[in-house]
Amino acid sequence: MVVNTIHWFRKGLRLHDNPSLKDSIQGSDTLRCIYILDPWFAGSSNVGINRWRFLLHCLEDLDASLRKLNSRLFVIRGQPTDVFPRLFKEWQINRLSYEYDSEPFGKERDAAIQKLANEAGVEVTVRISHTLYNLDKIIELNGNQPPLTYKRFQAVINRMDAVEMPAETITSEVLKNCVTPISEDHDEKFGVPSLEELGFETEGLTTAVWPGGETEALMRLERHLERKAWVANFERPRMNANSLLASPTGLSPYLRFGCLSCRLFYFKLTDLYRKVKKNHTPPLSLYGQLLWREFFYTTATNNPCFDKMDGNPICVQIPWDRNPEALAKWAEGRTGFPWIDAIMTQLRQEGWIHHLARHGVACFLTRGDLWISWEEGMKVFEELLLDADWSVNAGSWMWLSCSSFFQQFFHCYCPVGFGRRTDPNGDYIRRYLPILRGFPAKYIYDPWNAPDEVQKAAKCIIGVHYPKPMVNHAEASRINIERMKQIYQQLSCYRGLGMDASLLATVPANSNFGGNGTNPRAVCTVTNEGAGGSSKDPSVQVGMSQTERAQSVQKRRHEETPLESSSKSWKQSK
Amino acid sequence: MKRGLQGNEQEDGGGTSGGCQKTLKRSRKQRREKDLEDEEVRWECLPQEILLHVFQYLPLLDRAFASQVCRGWNEAFHMPELWRCFEFELNQPASSYLKATHPDLIKQIIKRHSDHLQYVSFKVDSSRESAEAACDILSQLVNCSLKTLGLISTARPSFMEMPKSHFISALTVVFVNSKSLSSLKIDDTPVDDPSLKVLVANNSDTLKLLKMSSCPHVSPAGILCVADQCHGLRELALNYHLLSDELLIALSSEKHVHLEHLRIDVVSENPGQQFHTIKKSSWDAMKRHSPKFNLVMYFYLYEDEFGPFFRDEIPVTHLYFGRSVSKDVLGRVGLNCPRLVELVVCANGLRPLDEELIRIAQRCTQLSAIGLGECEVSCSAFVEFVKMCGDRLTQLSIMEEVLVPDHRYGLDDIHWEVSKHLGRVWFPDMMPTW
Repeated sequence: MVVNTIHWFRKGLRLHDNPSLKDSIQGSDTLRCIYILDPWFAGSSNVGINRWRFLLHCLEDLDASLRKLNSRLFVIRGQPTDVFPRLFKEWQINRLSYEYDSEPFGKERDAAIQKLANEAGVEVTVRISHTLYNLDKIIELNGNQPPLTYKRFQAVINRMDAVEMPAETITSEVLKNCVTPISEDHDEKFGVPSLEELGFETEGLTTAVWPGGETEALMRLERHLERKAWVANFERPRMNANSLLASPTGLSPYLRFGCLSCRLFYFKLTDLYRKVKKNHTPPLSLYGQLLWREFFYTTATNNPCFDKMDGNPICVQIPWDRNPEALAKWAEGRTGFPWIDAIMTQLRQEGWIHHLARHGVACFLTRGDLWISWEEGMKVFEELLLDADWSVNAGSWMWLSCSSFFQQFFHCYCPVGFGRRTDPNGDYIRRYLPILRGFPAKYIYDPWNAPDEVQKAAKCIIGVHYPKPMVNHAEASRINIERMKQIYQQLSCYRGLGMDASLLATVPANSNFGGNGTNPRAVCTVTNEGAGGSSKDPSVQVGMSQTERAQSVQKRRHEETPLESSSKSWKQSK
Repeated sequence: MKRGLQGNEQEDGGGTSGGCQKTLKRSRKQRREKDLEDEEVRWECLPQEILLHVFQYLPLLDRAFASQVCRGWNEAFHMPELWRCFEFELNQPASSYLKATHPDLIKQIIKRHSDHLQYVSFKVDSSRESAEAACDILSQLVNCSLKTLGLISTARPSFMEMPKSHFISALTVVFVNSKSLSSLKIDDTPVDDPSLKVLVANNSDTLKLLKMSSCPHVSPAGILCVADQCHGLRELALNYHLLSDELLIALSSEKHVHLEHLRIDVVSENPGQQFHTIKKSSWDAMKRHSPKFNLVMYFYLYEDEFGPFFRDEIPVTHLYFGRSVSKDVLGRVGLNCPRLVELVVCANGLRPLDEELIRIAQRCTQLSAIGLGECEVSCSAFVEFVKMCGDRLTQLSIMEEVLVPDHRYGLDDIHWEVSKHLGRVWFPDMMPTW
């Protein structure tokens, strides 16, 4: 019997460490690697030009690599549920493989395809290679709940079995006798489209700061490791002005698209560490970047409402302000705060910003200054940020807006001070906001405070050539911290008389945040002793019904109860 | 309505739901059969007290559905006990994601329950309409005798954007009619001195809690009037510009109860603002009168505006610095705040706070909570700090970036050292890096 195989690329755009592809090649007679250009990209049409360009680079790179193996990439337009039945028939397919997608939308889509495959008698091969671990196992090990604090997550990771080794790269040896039938008109029918063909205006588009593709990814990996070896201590590099700029060793977009295997990165880091530090066990912090990614994937995998506030059981219901005008100013870099505007400009132009820059702008939009919903910020990042995939983007926004994950909300990134401390000279501002080039370092972060002569000399009058600041930061942060405190006080079922002195103790260590889809609005709050009278001041119970309180007690998760061997993690260093 | 049989109900004298008190005389066999038959229909005969108790567990919407079941349950729904507390949520779709209290419900409450209301709050979004709607409702609560009133802006302070006179007249309605107000939360509102006088004239015996941070139309004289007359005042929150020596003396007078909680917001409108000083003797008087009171201070100042502060001993217990604060000021905090319980620093700048923290550990012997945001501390100094405080530190919230590795400790082993001294597992606060 002839075995005809389709490998379906979604993420995992690589030939190294691609176990589902490798396994399905075994015993195949023909192989066709496809990429389906779903007009609805991963559930949302909100994708900017940089993201599309990066993807097309990745596809071209795959195609080039496959050509070296006498194969090609087949780019097919349409929806998977329409495309597959057609292909199964046309190409007489009996095998389908793809990399496991842990995101709820992905799982749903794949379940539908599995069904179609079963109906057509097609064998499906799925392997995990986008994450270090099998996420379901992590959840199982944590009592069937995803860990909701990073520390807890690390403790569970410590107990997992070792990460699986990357699979062998696909080479002509691996392919053996497996061939790809390529037609004369392959380029017309299945070629990688250009940006213009997709409808983008490319005139004036600068060269990509982040070129996509597996080849580029592997090169960067080598450079990244070289640099790490140079900094032989493996210390966290101190944040400085340079860190803000795109680095030739940056890997996050490549991990997101799967041009670089996270497992390959993991093992290379481990090997390098062992070599330099003479066989010491690497600490978990070495894999920080990878583990954060893993953490958000794990939290999101069983929660289809993960990217929303409403109906999301792990999200605090915060009364964000609806303000499209303010949102637009933030998204377009017109807030009047050079630090914020420069960051948003870099993001729009290049598709990547440093993680502390992300913290700064996210804080400004949400709990710091504008009090706008994190969902709005998430959508803007989705459009512009190369490494923002669904789980990581939504999770990070919830984290940065203090909507989940139980962290303190007192630290606020000042849109003036934070930038000034990171890059005192202001070169970053001048680079991305050339209109402010003439300002001296003293005023470049708060140009509205510059005397008229300075503004005139800089040829930039604030309010004319560059906007005035859209909020008074001190006032905004005063109001907002009070709002956050109000909300968290209610969550922790605070029952004291009137005011709570402590700011730090208001964040509960373990409970369920409202929103089971039945957010009771206009709830009538009644004291426990409504009928019998009580000396307790019920004024502070306003806002939380008996039911909500009862529910939050029942669903209290014992986040902080120690796992059996969590002590392992702190005995390690002895 | 079917009449079910339930032995205990006959004794119940409290129930007022229609017609279930009659005892039906039947043969035992008939009764048993009827029992089984009526198994499903006993619900409407639940006495009112039990219904009330059950209803209290239901959110309003479910209670409203239940009230549609029968007349008895409808009556129970309207029992005064269920309408003592209410939180009006006033949101506009254009400015909020959350739903508002239904206007029909509001009408019903005003019509049927306004004299039952005792503990009321208004949550408004950032639109002016919501604030005005709140005041409209307030103006209609003429028959109310409120014990608690809270005006809460959940986003931007919209009470400040409505006409002041409208606000004042609505608030005055409550002050005049309630006469037994115990708790009042009116932060970020245009309340003024005359309206405070009205409050005092009617509620001086009962007022226990007054929260009025950021009320720009109130003067020090206005708040002094409250302190002079309301001797039961236990909790007060206001801005620094309202604080005076006279106020503290008034709060420490013999006639006054012990103050439990004083919260002061120190906010700078423009860079270079000058702040007055409070005499040490005034704070001493407060301490003598109310030895256990919490003094909570929130600072939102530019670094060079701290001149008047922390020069003398001050009995502050909870301190929050919402902007960057200098090493120098933190050094003075260590020297002059012996009662300090919680210290939270949003940002300091990139010079290590080693000495300052050690001094705080030494001299602030009550310190049990500390939070550091954008600061720097060397790992050794931090370990020393924790060692000196020991397990009295119940809240230790340090951002990971704060800790600077040195020759003795790296980032990977510091949490172990700190955990040892705290007696529990501890990690610094982290932010995602990706």
